[in-house]
Amino acid sequence: MASIERPRPPAGVHTPGRAAIPARHLRTDRWWLAPTVTVVVLTAFVVYSTWRAFANADYYAAPYVSPFYSPCLASDCVPMRGGADLAVFGPWWGISPALIVLIFPLGFRLTCYYYRKAYYRGFWSAPPACAVAEPHARYTGETRLPLVLQNVHRYFFYFALAFAVILSYDAALGFRDPAGHWGHMGLGTLVLLANIALIWAYTLSCHSCRHIVGGRLKHFSRHPVRYRMWTWVSRLNAHHMALAWASLVGVAVADLYVYLVASGAFADPRFF
Amino acid sequence: MSYTGHFRVWRGDAEGGELKDFEVEVNEGEVVLDVIHRLQATQAHDLAVRWNCKAGKCGSCSAEVNGRPRLMCMTRMSVFAEDETVTVTPMRAFPVLRDLVTDVSFNYAKAREIPSFVPPPGLAPGEYRMAQQDVGRSQEFRKCIECFLCQDTCHVVRDHEENKPDFAGPRFLMRIAELDMHPLDAAAETGLDRARTAQDVHGLGYCNITKCCTEVCPEQIHITDNALIPMKERTADRKYDPLVWLGDRIFRRDK
Repeated sequence: MASIERPRPPAGVHTPGRAAIPARHLRTDRWWLAPTVTVVVLTAFVVYSTWRAFANADYYAAPYVSPFYSPCLASDCVPMRGGADLAVFGPWWGISPALIVLIFPLGFRLTCYYYRKAYYRGFWSAPPACAVAEPHARYTGETRLPLVLQNVHRYFFYFALAFAVILSYDAALGFRDPAGHWGHMGLGTLVLLANIALIWAYTLSCHSCRHIVGGRLKHFSRHPVRYRMWTWVSRLNAHHMALAWASLVGVAVADLYVYLVASGAFADPRFF
Repeated sequence: MSYTGHFRVWRGDAEGGELKDFEVEVNEGEVVLDVIHRLQATQAHDLAVRWNCKAGKCGSCSAEVNGRPRLMCMTRMSVFAEDETVTVTPMRAFPVLRDLVTDVSFNYAKAREIPSFVPPPGLAPGEYRMAQQDVGRSQEFRKCIECFLCQDTCHVVRDHEENKPDFAGPRFLMRIAELDMHPLDAAAETGLDRARTAQDVHGLGYCNITKCCTEVCPEQIHITDNALIPMKERTADRKYDPLVWLGDRIFRRDK
């Protein structure tokens, strides 16, 4: 049965009493560019990471481990010499071990104040850009379920700290050769080091981190050490957007590098 | 270095109106408000426009230039190409009075809803002493000139008139942040929890931090990063974080 579309009552910028301008917006610049780039890059990352997370293969090429599979918490993980492979989940866990741990970095980025802005604009058009009318009839923001759950961001931050420590350990293990001897280095070591540097910078520049280290205080003068820490984090926090994108690309590149080496498509150049 | 610029300016009132085309002389170094004044002086004598200081400090000449909320006095003509049509409309989140003048009383109503500074007990005016690092955060918010461009661009009320009763808007959520971070504000001692009421009464939860308020602020105040997100975190302390709640009770934390 064909439905009859009822015209919506005038709302938003067309509310009676406001300046009668038929256009939803009058912007003449390329306001659509930023949300489009957001959608393309985030979609590409989601497609790539979903494939890699479910692949359950080619994630370890001694001494490098993919950041998607660390820590590896299932008993069927590839043995990693000295690595963070702990058989917490037994053989009953029949699918990829990446799925056990990826929920944490995913949750951290999903609830991140910067990514929220990016995907609310890019994927949800709320709003698509400043002063460009959004298409939704109603809007309740983050006042109710499920979006009120964005307030758990700080808990994901705590987990993100633990992950950053583990990935730092993985990067340190990169200073070995494939046989496990220390004092060696290859191109992969640099890739993992760059990745973990970006992960740390992104994690520490988080708005929840800024609040926890000092932002919640009313009197900075009574807490000089925390004030100093807050100042440092604030400086990093100003670059949170750039770090969010850089670390997203960094983690994908690190995984891709390990995949290429592990699958035999590419031999890791050894420096010494 | 003069040229004839092409302008579309909205003319009308609450009953209706339309964009009208004008050809107006533009001189080197001028801003949009200069051109609007020339238009008023030479072609449209009854054009209504609100302005005052022409220096970006009074916050009167807020409008939308090519669809972007801007102060007309701070928008240089040199940012537009000479053959570009420049469209000037009133702010589209508020009721229009006439031409480029809107009724911004919504903002004054919201301002009255924010509980004011609570003087610290035992200190007379003149005895207040504060460390610079304690007042730095609030001072940034004091740069606000109340042009209401952030209120105009915020989609929570711009695109949803029905949210106006429940949402104070970025300018006044920033005012709450200013007071909550004020080292001598004694609201908590009187039982007023500003962080909790920011969410429960003034609609902080409606904000989805899409940063348009920050983008349009002519004073370059980092409204989202320094006021709204810290307030969201403070609200999370009160309402959504059992660990903080427990810590506050066990350690009787003095902030």
